[in-house]
Amino acid sequence: MAGTLAEKVWDEHVVRRSEGEPDLLYIDLHLLHEVTSPQAFDGLRLSGRAVRRPELTLATEDHNVPTTPGPIADPVSRTQVETLRRNCEEFGVRLYPMGDAEQGIVHVVGPQLGLTQPGMTIVCGDSHTSTHGAFGALAFGIGTSEVEHVLATQTLPLKPFRTMAITVDGELAPGVTAKDIVLAVIARIGTGGGQGYVLEYRGSAIRALSMEGRMTVCNMSIEAGARAGMIAPDETTFAYLHGRDHAPTGADWDAAVAAWSRLRSDDDAQFDAEVVIDAAELTPFVTWGTNPGQGAPLGSAVPDPEALADDHEKLAAAKALEYMGLTAGTPLREIHVDTVFVGSCTNGRIEDLRAAAAVIKGRHVADGVRMLVVPGSARVRIQAEAEGLDAVFTEAGAEWRLPGCSMCLGMNPDQLAPGERSASTSNRNFEGRQGKGGRTHLVSPLVAAATAVRGTLSSPADLDDTDGSL
Amino acid sequence: MEPFTTHSGVGVPLRRSNVDTDQIIPAVYLKRVTKTGFEDGLFAAWRGDETFVLNNPAYAAGSVLVAGPDFGTGSSREHAVWALMDYGFRVVISSRFADIFRGNSGKQGLLTAQCAQDDVELLWKLLENEPGTSVTVDLASRTVTAGDVVASFDIDDYTRWRLLEGLDDISLTLRHEDAITSFEGTRPTWRPVTTSA
Repeated sequence: MAGTLAEKVWDEHVVRRSEGEPDLLYIDLHLLHEVTSPQAFDGLRLSGRAVRRPELTLATEDHNVPTTPGPIADPVSRTQVETLRRNCEEFGVRLYPMGDAEQGIVHVVGPQLGLTQPGMTIVCGDSHTSTHGAFGALAFGIGTSEVEHVLATQTLPLKPFRTMAITVDGELAPGVTAKDIVLAVIARIGTGGGQGYVLEYRGSAIRALSMEGRMTVCNMSIEAGARAGMIAPDETTFAYLHGRDHAPTGADWDAAVAAWSRLRSDDDAQFDAEVVIDAAELTPFVTWGTNPGQGAPLGSAVPDPEALADDHEKLAAAKALEYMGLTAGTPLREIHVDTVFVGSCTNGRIEDLRAAAAVIKGRHVADGVRMLVVPGSARVRIQAEAEGLDAVFTEAGAEWRLPGCSMCLGMNPDQLAPGERSASTSNRNFEGRQGKGGRTHLVSPLVAAATAVRGTLSSPADLDDTDGSL
Repeated sequence: MEPFTTHSGVGVPLRRSNVDTDQIIPAVYLKRVTKTGFEDGLFAAWRGDETFVLNNPAYAAGSVLVAGPDFGTGSSREHAVWALMDYGFRVVISSRFADIFRGNSGKQGLLTAQCAQDDVELLWKLLENEPGTSVTVDLASRTVTAGDVVASFDIDDYTRWRLLEGLDDISLTLRHEDAITSFEGTRPTWRPVTTSA
């Protein structure tokens, strides 16, 4: 029977199937970080269980880590990180701690090491695990009880997800990026539109994306409510993986590529839902509200809640505008920001930093605006410094930081103050996400950099010679 | 896990849609390494607002939360479930739950009862007109009863059975350890391991 990519990967991992019960699914890679794992290790200890497959498990420190040099100042944050270190030591799990050359945001680390490969099942106690679907892996976030379950059994009992095809055909206009694609998808289907689904992104505009762009798209699948996003592996995928630390070599590489090449939805596969988007119609996209579905093209204005048909959306939009301190009808380009954040598992990879640097080079961050650039991993930081990107940012007046989750969720000291407004390349504009009372506009790295220069939400096309020399 | 059969307690109307897990418990409250002590973080940003529903003494002892659609979206943090339970909630009623939140709830014994939005509206009206009204949620018959309102709710059969029996997933899975071991023998040898390289 014809199958979708998601169904094929699922079926290859079913350990046990029994009528009336969830499938028992084998997990190929389990990623850990300090926030969602301590209670899981505690559970193992209480029941006298071991980690079944430590060699399929990897931990990194990311959510709490400071992005300025020195130890963790907050004692509670420090305890959480120290607890992860003790747990990894006790249970034999490999850990990349702060200061290690391989440390970074868990979803940046897996792919750059070549651990994320097509056809795998990958889980982590973090909803942005969907990032790894860019390689044709079935990757999804889990809760702490499930983290304990995977540690103990290397499996999860799960009911099959439904499948949704998101086809993005055509060519993106200059200045329109993977981030704009996914923000437009979420605005189209809504924050609940993907619930219960695995989204498979396909079409010529998706094929044309680099692996890093594909990761940005899959990363935000959860913001549409979907468990996972996937993109079928192709030559772009294989070229990215070839030669990476954990990629297969020699005859194993050939066998792997042969297997990976079969990982695509059959032509006559049936999806439970389909969405089609014309890439040529997309423009830079930004959010105006307090969930990632509340977004609009940068060239438009803050919407009028009264104009929305659905009562809940109307109420949600009115509450969002109140929280965001915005008035319906204000052109989005006239919104002033205090802070620009470039980073996160959504847009903290080297191509994101290159894109932002290219816009800001020779220009300067606007007066009264602070810009934080936080690489997604130590490797990204080292690469960026080798290319001189750190100098580009610091000469423009931005702060060049150490890797971590940082202001995406403000568990470390990188937070917005109450009432402060940011343009952020991260993934969530929820109330208080970046600091209590903080106001977040989600944007692409290009829009972030242009916004830093002008001080209002902007795209690179809005910059002219008076902003600097190109 | 304690078995869940039926629960009666004060209903709390939360007239908001898209209550994400950052609202249920902000990230700064996620730093504990235990499963308890999260009640102070519950709805932390809203608790400072004196008009917030939980600040009304009539609802303070609430244990059945009646929320708008798309409850529990966003982050996978199970701390959201722990915070709700630490506060005293045993049931959340909504017309639509985010997948990860619903899964996490089922592991901890917090019942997520999916009701039609029309029934949620009826419950909201009742609970707002008569604060302190008790809501009874019966898992065996999948019904919610409060005053004159009687509504049925959806929950998948497997989760319902586990909740009624109070069963823990890991023990259930380990009954099939042989199947896991034999599956491991069939995995391609080129799949990566984290310990090499």
